[in-house]
Amino acid sequence: MKLVKAIIKPFKLEEVKEALADIGIEGMTVTEVKGFGRQKGHTEIYRGSEYTVDFLPKVMVEIVVDDADAEKTSDAIVKAAKTGKIGDGKVFIIPVETAIRIRTDESGAEAL
Amino acid sequence: MKIKKTLLALLLSSSAFLLAGTVGAQELPVAEAAEAVADAVSFEDGYAAFMDSPGAAFFTISNLWLLISAALVFIMHLGFATVESGLSQSKNTVNILFKNVFIISMGILTYALWGFNAMYPGFAEGSAGVFAMGSWFDVDASVAMMTAEYADYTWYTDFIFQAMFAATAATIVSGAVAERVKLSSFMIFATLLVMFAYPITGSWQWGGGWLSARGFYDFAGSSLVHGFGGFAALACVIVLGPRAGKYVNGQIRPILGHSMPLATIGVFLLFLGWFGFNGGSVLNADPYLVSLVFVTTALAAAGGAIGSMITSWLFLKKPDLSMSLNGILAGLVGITAGADSIMPFWAIITGLIAGVLVVFSIIFFDKIKIDDPVGAISVHGVCGIFGTLAVALFSDAAGFGIQLIGTLSVGAFAFVFGLVVFGLLKVVMGVRVSPEEEAEGLDIGEHGQEAYPDFGTARTR
Repeated sequence: MKLVKAIIKPFKLEEVKEALADIGIEGMTVTEVKGFGRQKGHTEIYRGSEYTVDFLPKVMVEIVVDDADAEKTSDAIVKAAKTGKIGDGKVFIIPVETAIRIRTDESGAEAL
Repeated sequence: MKIKKTLLALLLSSSAFLLAGTVGAQELPVAEAAEAVADAVSFEDGYAAFMDSPGAAFFTISNLWLLISAALVFIMHLGFATVESGLSQSKNTVNILFKNVFIISMGILTYALWGFNAMYPGFAEGSAGVFAMGSWFDVDASVAMMTAEYADYTWYTDFIFQAMFAATAATIVSGAVAERVKLSSFMIFATLLVMFAYPITGSWQWGGGWLSARGFYDFAGSSLVHGFGGFAALACVIVLGPRAGKYVNGQIRPILGHSMPLATIGVFLLFLGWFGFNGGSVLNADPYLVSLVFVTTALAAAGGAIGSMITSWLFLKKPDLSMSLNGILAGLVGITAGADSIMPFWAIITGLIAGVLVVFSIIFFDKIKIDDPVGAISVHGVCGIFGTLAVALFSDAAGFGIQLIGTLSVGAFAFVFGLVVFGLLKVVMGVRVSPEEEAEGLDIGEHGQEAYPDFGTARTR
């Protein structure tokens, strides 16, 4: 099993969700996060004083899939979330030991 | 220990009231006896006769208008509470709302206990018109107090309308000292300010004191309410110091307000309430004057908003919403002294100037490290002075000299009162929360509560 963890632009969430649904992904967890990479921050002004915002709002999407589906999943995310501009985000693929469905006690691939 | 000290302070102030109460009580019987001789008819009969008279219709409408105005001024306190909450960090919201709940309640009570009679004393013949004793506000219902013999409104209407104004002074201070002031010290200061200091300067003009004798003109309180509050706030901020992290290594670091929607709601509520603040200050339902005041009030507010929008866009690179909100308030404070005497065109000019002024004033105070989270000193203090002078500049209601003397006297009194009393509180019990509490937020530190406890669990012990 693999955890596919994608950090994307917030307004791309809907498109990414649709793309994942199209390839048969049935569940995911999303979190509002903040961070920066090469995009760096931007300058804002409050009551006459300028300040830099380093941490920009992003959305983190987490999906656990079978090993065989990991690449398909990340491809779908990359395709849907791409704008070609700096700050599009990143996708990480991480091995997962097991999964357990709380309602039924099923574990492993059954639980996905 | 903290509680004991607070109680002691309250006890001291209440014993001062009792002392004054006895003096008042000794004088009362004489006055009542004289009244009884002059007025042999019973209140019921006299009142009924008045209500049948031709003057009763105008009296009733005027009285109703002042009561509606009192209710509008009350809504301004909700406006202050939301503006202050919105322009502060979320971790201090409960503290800010608590202060505002306290101020309006305390303001009404102390105005009944002392303030009303201290402010509208009818200074004794030949007195300097500087100070009058206060006492419990209530009177026996008499024709002289409840009909047109008194004014175009009843004694009770007079009280409730003015009581709604009184707490405003402390609310202005509350915004300027937000996010770091120690709650108990602030409550004591606010009580002393509203109960004793506000009626003194108020009586100088509206109580027929020395300023009114010299031709000073302050229609609804650019100086007496707003300037007073603004300069008391300035003194308190000087005593208190800036919020931690605001001025670091010679740089100004903005501390962001947590809700622009709240701040905007607050300013619109204040704008609404101001129709009562100024409109009610006509003190009757005169169709010409009340409608003129509505127009000048709205024009100045709009001018203030546009003035500050242009100024912030040109000089701060961006059209700043919070500055535009301050601009509306600046225009309103600016027109308050001359809402019935400055004609519409000049009301727009007054508002525009106030809107420009408030932006530069806020930046100026930031530069000299006077940390005022909501801009209260600039909106109420600086624009209060400007509005008072605008009466002389843009109308013929008063001369420039007396306007300057009047506004500076009121401002200076509030400033010195603030420095001395808040300074004393600083020495005796401290006026600031600990750095740890400031970092964690006053909601947890002072109240043990959160304004937005969405995430997490609540477990009873």
